[in-house]
Amino acid sequence: MSTEPPSVMLSSRAAARARRGAALRRFARSYAAHRSGMAGLVILGLFALIALLAPVLFPADMLDITKTVQNETLEPPSGEFWLGTDEGGRSILAVLAWAARASLTVGVAASAISMVLGTLVGIGSGHYRGLLGSLLQRLTDWFLVIPFIPLVVVLAAVLGQRGLGTIVLVLGVTSWPGTARLVRAQTLSVEGRPYLERAKALGGSDWHQMVRHVLPNVMPLVLANTTLTVALVILSETTLAFLGLGDPYLDSWGTMLDKANGAGAASTGAWWYLLPPGICVILVVLAFTLIGRALESVLDPRLGRD
Amino acid sequence: MAVTSPVATELSDDSTPGGGSGGLGRFIGLRLLSGLGTLLFVLLFNFFLFRLLPGDPAARYRAVKNISAQDLARIRDELNAPVMEQFWAYLRDPLALQGISAWKGQPVWDLVGGRAWPTLVLLGTSTLLATLIGIRVGIRAGWRRGGSFDKVSTGVTLLFYATPEFWLGLLLILTFSSGIGPFPSLFPSGGVIDSGIEPLSMAGVVSVAEHTVLPAVALAAVYLAEYSLIMRASIVDELSQEYLTTARAKGLMDHVVRRRHAVPNASLPTITLIFLNIGFIIGGAITVETVFSYPGLGLLTFEAITEQDFVLMQALFLVFTVSVIVCNILADVAVAVLDPRIRT
Repeated sequence: MSTEPPSVMLSSRAAARARRGAALRRFARSYAAHRSGMAGLVILGLFALIALLAPVLFPADMLDITKTVQNETLEPPSGEFWLGTDEGGRSILAVLAWAARASLTVGVAASAISMVLGTLVGIGSGHYRGLLGSLLQRLTDWFLVIPFIPLVVVLAAVLGQRGLGTIVLVLGVTSWPGTARLVRAQTLSVEGRPYLERAKALGGSDWHQMVRHVLPNVMPLVLANTTLTVALVILSETTLAFLGLGDPYLDSWGTMLDKANGAGAASTGAWWYLLPPGICVILVVLAFTLIGRALESVLDPRLGRD
Repeated sequence: MAVTSPVATELSDDSTPGGGSGGLGRFIGLRLLSGLGTLLFVLLFNFFLFRLLPGDPAARYRAVKNISAQDLARIRDELNAPVMEQFWAYLRDPLALQGISAWKGQPVWDLVGGRAWPTLVLLGTSTLLATLIGIRVGIRAGWRRGGSFDKVSTGVTLLFYATPEFWLGLLLILTFSSGIGPFPSLFPSGGVIDSGIEPLSMAGVVSVAEHTVLPAVALAAVYLAEYSLIMRASIVDELSQEYLTTARAKGLMDHVVRRRHAVPNASLPTITLIFLNIGFIIGGAITVETVFSYPGLGLLTFEAITEQDFVLMQALFLVFTVSVIVCNILADVAVAVLDPRIRT
């Protein structure tokens, strides 16, 4: 261990900070030992870079169909268009890079909503023993039963306004029950520990107990779980967009597949239009899954994943 | 996996002496009761979900040609009633047995009934494929944990796990149905049966099989990934158990220890998962049936979306949710039958 023991001169706050810093470094070291987790990070970093640099690499003009009319439509890959063109004569490579922005934004934003909802419901149902607690638990169980994709599809169809915000909202408010169940189980185990008894005996309010004692203990697991939620959300966004429930004015990998299917790419053999968006989805979902699994196994070595 | 139902945990305070078949009957009864509670919640949820709808729902029926004036008047009256009155009407007929599709102008349950069997064939085939292959792969990978088979199969499994099933379907159409390069067109890519063939004849069965192969493979590939991951994890859990050491100490061969001792104990989570996964497979069926124009409930859902037919959508959503509730109950009962500890 390279960290020196905190000296007696340190204030309690500084000692806490030093302890947290050491814990974080220990965490980073055990994460770095996970080869698949590191591979996930590298893939994700690459896609984040592409998403950020899309406007620099491919000027927005390249996506404007009115400015690409002179191009051949559904043209196979060539020197000018490395991945060919779509049915509007746009460069598939450019659309692909811009679509990374939409897919990643939806994934992260919706998972954030889901994380907040799931944590609130989970801690609430684990902390309150009375009516509120069992009501929240029942709610979680009921929502777990409702099949996810049909629910998402119906909700998106009912809401009808197909903006990116609607998609984020739909996926965010539907994907929380899994997180809530996990957080509830963890809350129950934390609530049984002596320091919570101490907090109760000293007259700490429910809020104080939940925020200062339970939350810091469930947070690492919540973050690992949220990483896996991002994977689920990105896959679901692809499904929604493919069914024509995405934002029609914004390119995502799902809308690309929807348009490719509409343009008959599968029956005319336009593989250059079908393959790239699907491979991008797979890589990003895989990256989040690998990171989530690595985080889980660092936090909970009993899982024994490699 | 935390797959035990809330009832199972509640039951743990109640110590029926002996356990026996009486305990099982009681367990099933309670489980049915809690399923009924879930069903009530779903019915309520289903009502309010479709009241989020903006705009004038009666207007959607104007475009329908073959709807009778009588039906149209009835629908308009119903849709213009106050929400509480609508809710009361809904409670009296939650299944909307009289519901008329805004798209076809036919009773929705006629439409749903006519589309049910292709979906059952598709889901049955793909679940069977996914289970048989997934479990075998999971057992082999978990038993030699960290070996080369484990490494390759876990990698491939995670890859399939990340694949959108409809995209896999599109690729299958591209290669096996449209024919690419030297490959001829091997499988048809639309419908469930060639027209003019009786489904219950020999030729009918062959034709249905031909049409089901590709969509079933697309669905199975994605879900076998999940089964094999779970099976692998539960085999790994069993590896350190003492009864395996005992079995080896008795001098049993490795494959006998695996087949007779480890696998039966590790199977429970996977059996539960097979039933619980039905909700996800239904979700996959929506896109896969759409891609293959396979005329089941999934394609009907897609048509209901594009035609903005919310009465039909509500009926389909109810069918999907009730199937999942039933499968959840079946999962709990199956596990209780197999594992007496859960009942008591």
